[in-house]
Amino acid sequence: MIVARPAPRARVRPGRLALHAFLIVMVALWLFPLLWAIYTALRPLSDTVKNGYFSIASSLSLGNFTSVWDQAQLPYYYLNTLIIVVPGVLLTLLVSSMLAFALTQFSWRFNLIVLMLFTAGNLLPPQVIIIPLYWLYLNIPVPIGWLSDNGLLYDQYIGIILIHVVFQTGFATFVLSNYMRTITREITESALVDGAHVLRIWWSVILPLCRPALAAMATLLFTFMYNDFFWALILMKSGDKRPITSALNNLQGAFFTNYNLVAAGALLAAIPPILVYIALQKHFVRGLALGATKG
Amino acid sequence: MAEPTTTPAAPVQAEAGTGAVAAVRRKRRYSLLTRHDKLILGLMVGVPLALDLILIWAPAMASVGISFTNWSGIGPITSDNFVGVRNYQVLFGSYIFFRPALAHNLIWLAFLTLISTPFGMFLAVLLDREMRGTRVYQSIFFLPVVLALVVVGFIWELQYAPQEGFINNALGLTKSGGHIIDWLGNPNINLFAALVAASWRHVGYIMVLYLAGLKSVDPTLREAAAIDGANQRQTFFRVVFPVMAPINVIIVVVTIIESLRAFDIAYIINRGKNGLELLSTLITNNSISEASLVGFGSAIAVVLLVISLVPIVLYLSRVMRDMTTT
Repeated sequence: MIVARPAPRARVRPGRLALHAFLIVMVALWLFPLLWAIYTALRPLSDTVKNGYFSIASSLSLGNFTSVWDQAQLPYYYLNTLIIVVPGVLLTLLVSSMLAFALTQFSWRFNLIVLMLFTAGNLLPPQVIIIPLYWLYLNIPVPIGWLSDNGLLYDQYIGIILIHVVFQTGFATFVLSNYMRTITREITESALVDGAHVLRIWWSVILPLCRPALAAMATLLFTFMYNDFFWALILMKSGDKRPITSALNNLQGAFFTNYNLVAAGALLAAIPPILVYIALQKHFVRGLALGATKG
Repeated sequence: MAEPTTTPAAPVQAEAGTGAVAAVRRKRRYSLLTRHDKLILGLMVGVPLALDLILIWAPAMASVGISFTNWSGIGPITSDNFVGVRNYQVLFGSYIFFRPALAHNLIWLAFLTLISTPFGMFLAVLLDREMRGTRVYQSIFFLPVVLALVVVGFIWELQYAPQEGFINNALGLTKSGGHIIDWLGNPNINLFAALVAASWRHVGYIMVLYLAGLKSVDPTLREAAAIDGANQRQTFFRVVFPVMAPINVIIVVVTIIESLRAFDIAYIINRGKNGLELLSTLITNNSISEASLVGFGSAIAVVLLVISLVPIVLYLSRVMRDMTTT
């Protein structure tokens, strides 16, 4: 038997080649539904009516995007989403970083139980709590005009923000406390010895150390809240207050036969999270990893 | 555990400390904290905790109570509303949608656990190596994860639509004489059509979680296996996979929880009916969206709650055990 001579810097290894071939096929399959949606959205309705959807386009234009933008009042719904998501993300980061700070830098008797309550609450199917929550939203008074124009949590931005914050605080606290656990408590101790009070330690000592985790959480929370469909579906009644995902669902009814417009609407709604993902992919993936593994 | 106490007055205490040492430390615990500090810390924990209890746990418990009534959701609940276990008798006995919904949830679970999750893990294993383009591959597989399920539903409708959709056209079924398959309308197959769409998103999610786990495996283990003459497959199955046991459990539990939370795609396709009944859609359809059978809807919610608590407790006991040992 001849011993194969090791080929230094073999340019093509068959195993690697097969691997790439497999991955390229999978990637093509994965991208296809999205590319097909883009293709459909770029074709004028007249073109697809004449030739069918399964055909070579005779012309491409951005017409569907501009008409769905106007007809479905998309800027308006983007704004609704923004009104919910920006305070939602900021409040969740604020609350969960305080919680994680208090739970990891100090020892309380019930540390673990509190953390478990929050984490478990975040893992429940939202439908399990929706019936009593719906009742609460109709009955808890909010007597502050600029927060609620009907005096309730129901059908208000503040109500959707609140349930997002409470629900996602479970996840964010879990991840942030995993992260803060790696910060030695001696930092907090020495700051206390130096006479700093806890709020100051939280803000000027611990938060700066958590910047990577906070960035990761902000990215994830933005996507979670932006993509939410369920809370606004049940806890809002007025179509004009709903975020873009729920508005999209109505679009389906309005333009049911016009797949070109539906495709354009769906893609427009998908653009903000895709942009965030492209710009902040590193944070995004780290956030998920922090949730699944420790540290 | 390393001895953390350096100065006697430092508010250090042991995470895993027991007995007398812990007792001594407990006394010293807050010696550096002023009353003001303690108040602030109390608020930091207390306010979110109160909100969590009021908006999540109280409703979860209230569902149990309401499930024993025939309350319509309007007005107060009185003793007249109490119907004992009748809702559960109807649910398990004569209600025709309960068994299909439960079966659909189980099929959802089986499909994700046996097909989508292992495929995501497989991709992670393939991509966890020094290879040209691995980042690009990862980014593309992960892309659907950032899309809202509403958007995922719409994108797949363009594939599934009977006349206009890509699949039937590509299969040549729309030509005259062809037998058109109504992927989303046929109750025998629409669950699987929905599952393909859901998996499009799920696979990338699992891939990222598993990649994070693979990255955390001590590289010297692989080197040692390679020196001992193990090939890649042996290294993975005999060395890496067993070391990954905690992550494997978390991945399976995450999959179970995701299956029980399935709602959006089924709702977007047809409001969770005609072959797409799930426990989650039955709850809202019975109690809020369409009928006002609030007591009955709550009984379904309780069933889903009880089922969900199993993987949640499993998950928590796993991650919290990891926490106390770090």
